[in-house]
Amino acid sequence: MKIDWAALGSVFGVSLVVTVGLVALFTLGVMGLSRQERATAQGGSAGLAVTGAYACFAACAAAVAYGISLIVA
Amino acid sequence: MESFSLILAIVVVTALAFDFTNGFHDTANAMATTISTGALKPKVAVAMSAVLNLVGAFLSVEVANTISKGLVDETGIRPEVIFAALVGAILWNLLTWLVGLPSSSSHALMGGLIGATIASAGTGAVHGDVLVTKVLLPAVAAPIVAGVAAMLATRLSYTLGRKADGKAAAKGYRTGQIASAGLVSLAHGTNDAQKTMGIITLALVAGGAVAPDSDPPTWVILSAGLAIALGTYIGGWRIIRTMGKGLTELEPQQGFSAQTSAATAILASSHLGFSLSTTHVVSGSVMGAGLGRKGGVVRWSTATRMFVAWGLTLPAAALVGALAESVTGLGDWGTGVVAVFLIASSAAIWKISRREVVDASNVNEHEEPAGVVTTAIAVVAPPPAGQLVDDLTATIASPAPEPVAPAAPPAAAV
Repeated sequence: MKIDWAALGSVFGVSLVVTVGLVALFTLGVMGLSRQERATAQGGSAGLAVTGAYACFAACAAAVAYGISLIVA
Repeated sequence: MESFSLILAIVVVTALAFDFTNGFHDTANAMATTISTGALKPKVAVAMSAVLNLVGAFLSVEVANTISKGLVDETGIRPEVIFAALVGAILWNLLTWLVGLPSSSSHALMGGLIGATIASAGTGAVHGDVLVTKVLLPAVAAPIVAGVAAMLATRLSYTLGRKADGKAAAKGYRTGQIASAGLVSLAHGTNDAQKTMGIITLALVAGGAVAPDSDPPTWVILSAGLAIALGTYIGGWRIIRTMGKGLTELEPQQGFSAQTSAATAILASSHLGFSLSTTHVVSGSVMGAGLGRKGGVVRWSTATRMFVAWGLTLPAAALVGALAESVTGLGDWGTGVVAVFLIASSAAIWKISRREVVDASNVNEHEEPAGVVTTAIAVVAPPPAGQLVDDLTATIASPAPEPVAPAAPPAAAV
């Protein structure tokens, strides 16, 4: 019986890193947006936060696109 | 097509029925957390999942081409064996749906195949080591892999996102959750719809209707995709409730972390050559997300029942598959008997399910704690609860706890 520990290990590692990374990116994006929300409420603006937020979401969207390409392939 | 016999037609119809129960059973995987956190309305969620399942079914035929090769020797497989295997898988799927437990449809199918093959060709025809490496180990590994990832991600998102609140945050998590749930649905369509295509193709090959080593015919792809999409749309609400509310209470951030971890683990596993069951992955990630939030609790009693069901899936489906195969082996009338038995038991299970209907309207009402409370009230203070009890059990004098029993599924013993 041959158990493919390497494959299992890489599934574990990739899942862990990608999930945590994606969630972190996304949370940063959400943070940026809610900072802008607060700033707008106070009459100011938070250009940097919004730019950062959209950069984060773009990275997440790229990850989703990669996921779809994996499914289709 | 001249050799398209009656048994072959029966197998195809049964395979499509299995595909239906598969979609029905696994809607929860993609949509339970989305529904329980309120990111999507229940009906909208299942409709989206159904469409993505259908799309997924057309994306490739890779899985369909590999399903039959490996676990059992395909030489000498008769359509009756496949029929018996499907009977085992369908009945197990319906039974676990009835008690609202998520369990792997693939394991049910493999169990049915293994049982039927053993009954037909002896234990030699099953590859035992494949069983351990492809079935048992992944079942243990999947919830750990997805659970740890979801737990860390949840913890991180609560630490990082302490300042993220308000409408923008709520909307953000909602969108993220929908996107990752969509990915899970799509992956499910490519995997599970194709399993059925593979089975039907295997039956067609075994029955001599198509040449060996051919790709699934178009009508097979189309009907399998439609069957799984229909099953998904009808929705296994009982399982959705267990997955979304029964295991733990999820907030939007947790739902997002759980779904992202599930989508990642599923994609990673299917592309790094260590396939994990979607059901096990999603259950694990939901529990992980539950553990990741401070003050979050996992209802281990529900989780334990679920683990027991996972352990039983393969042997139970195998047993039914083996029994069905030995009966079909008696001749054509035996096959007829099994078909009638399948229809009758499915009808019986559906009938029992009507006693306590779970659908889109009450999917988010988790009744287990309520059931406990209701029972306690009924025991401690009979007078107020008496009226309800009397109404329901008019002829029974004592305030028996019968009316609340379905809330805490007693059939969990299986």
